Amino acid sequence: MIRYVVSRLVTAVVMVLLATLVIFLIANTVPGDPALAALGDMQASDPVQVREFRARWGLDLPLWEQYWLFLKRLAQGDLGISISSRRPVLADIIDYAPATLELATIAFLLSLAVGLPLGVVAAVKRDSWVDHVARFVALIGVSAPTFWLAFIMLAIFYGQLDWAPGPGRLDPIAFPPDRITGLLLIDTALAGDWETFRDAAAHLVLPSIVLAASTLGLITRTTRAAMLEALSQDYVRVARAKGLLARVVVTGHAVPNAMLPVVTLGGLAYANLLTGAVMTETVFGWPGLGRYTFRSAVTVDFPAIMAITAIVAAIFVLVNLLVDLSYALLDPRVARA
Amino acid sequence: MSGVAVPVAVPRPRPAAVRWLRRYGLAALGGAIILAWVLAAALAPWILSYGPNTVDVANRLKPPSAMHWLGTDALGRDVLARVVYGARISLSVGMAVVLVGGLFGTLLGAVAAYARGWAEEALMRVTDLVFCFPPIILAMAIAAALGIGTVNTVIAMLVVWWPKFARLARSLVLTQRSLEYVEAAQSVGFGPAHILVRQIIPNAVGPLIVLVTLDLGQAILVFAGLSFLGLGVVPPTAEWGAMVSEGRELVQQWWVATFPGLAILSVVMGFNFVGDGIRDWLDPHARTR
Repeated sequence: MIRYVVSRLVTAVVMVLLATLVIFLIANTVPGDPALAALGDMQASDPVQVREFRARWGLDLPLWEQYWLFLKRLAQGDLGISISSRRPVLADIIDYAPATLELATIAFLLSLAVGLPLGVVAAVKRDSWVDHVARFVALIGVSAPTFWLAFIMLAIFYGQLDWAPGPGRLDPIAFPPDRITGLLLIDTALAGDWETFRDAAAHLVLPSIVLAASTLGLITRTTRAAMLEALSQDYVRVARAKGLLARVVVTGHAVPNAMLPVVTLGGLAYANLLTGAVMTETVFGWPGLGRYTFRSAVTVDFPAIMAITAIVAAIFVLVNLLVDLSYALLDPRVARA
Repeated sequence: MSGVAVPVAVPRPRPAAVRWLRRYGLAALGGAIILAWVLAAALAPWILSYGPNTVDVANRLKPPSAMHWLGTDALGRDVLARVVYGARISLSVGMAVVLVGGLFGTLLGAVAAYARGWAEEALMRVTDLVFCFPPIILAMAIAAALGIGTVNTVIAMLVVWWPKFARLARSLVLTQRSLEYVEAAQSVGFGPAHILVRQIIPNAVGPLIVLVTLDLGQAILVFAGLSFLGLGVVPPTAEWGAMVSEGRELVQQWWVATFPGLAILSVVMGFNFVGDGIRDWLDPHARTR
């Protein structure tokens, strides 16, 4: 088991490094020029200024030297300086990450809390109204564009009904708490500032529902399919024949066996939420990593793009690793093999 | 448990039409939606009374009416016309990305499965590598670097699109190599042509067709998303994602952003229905579920 984990970790590190290399090569072979993107039109037309700019950011070095420089800095925990914000990328990411982490975690918990029971009940009571609701939710979740769903939710619950607060993490007049973790719910709770806590929680409702929609659809669909599969197995028939309560058959026999595909999907879904919040963050004016990534991409901010790639790849590889390891816990046959 | 014999409900056979509707009704609906969009997109200039870029500032932001069925946007352009013309871009981009990406991925996966050894290992590791990026982020970075434009966005999407096809094709080829049903069909006395057409092709190609169909919806979603972010089409091109983006501040004039979004939703749902229908049709095991 330990050997397995170590070899998987080594592979993971190699994968992350290769991923940064791929992005580095792509970013350097495409025509976008960070110097022209960062300098204004006036400055960009001056060859001296452009040359100075390239020298300052190491853009005049040969490609392999640029990449080597990136790796050397990475090993020291230095992710470079963002060309557009002129601050260390790491500081930028530390600023933006908590907003996304908070939103994605709540959205993930929401989609699990609704999707798992909905999928299980839909499978157990097949073709009932619950099943139809579950299938409809799954269908809308995977088919509706996130950015449009965000608009509709804002238009209805903020614009028309005024039940929910508008975009942003807090009311403009609210006092943000002292930054401890950057997660507003935790920081306000630690400070005992319950009014701001409520405000932050209220601001989370709409974006987390929107962000959860597609994950919820996938989780409901996968759980339902896996449960139907499990319920048609012989051991379920045996359990029923023994006269076990229907509840025991479902929760004790079918659900544990149906969880493997759900865990795989859930892990990937969480990683996707963390990185795929771009649309939701755009519509809700959420100062998170999605917005940051988008801005870095548009301004061809190499250091920021590279750092985000490394982090995203690391998250994905790590989540995959955790999913594989959790297999061993859920299914003893995997650990023995 | 009661001691009384419980009458077991024997399902009465339903009429054939009802059974067909239950099984393929949604798929037929999906097919009808797609067909309607294709026809509307193809016949757009003949069925619409306005062009997609006809500006009429005097009639800007008018709600849906007999004149403008879906209202007008901030420049007085007819929302219906823009939605219908938008279908041209969305549908053709979806097709282009899925067909080209799918073909490339399938070939690569099949070659990997046939070659085995280090070639397979190398090809599949490259696939894993691209696979471990969230597609929208990678596509965003590439699209931004290439510059705004439909073709550039399609290229960016292609870069991230092929790996799932490579994985599926590889596993399909690996499975078909050593399957008992092929042997069984031979021993029953079916000829090679029959086995190929009736046994192997439905089994190997089916999952690919299902993936292609479901994926068309996904490609349209991702492209609309990139357009929404301002990376897809060059304004003033009528495109659904860009239209939602233009209307997203207009909460009172809800029709500007709502209808293009509904268009995306309907197309993606249509492809989902058709894809699920094909899967059920190809896989009798899933059909009983």
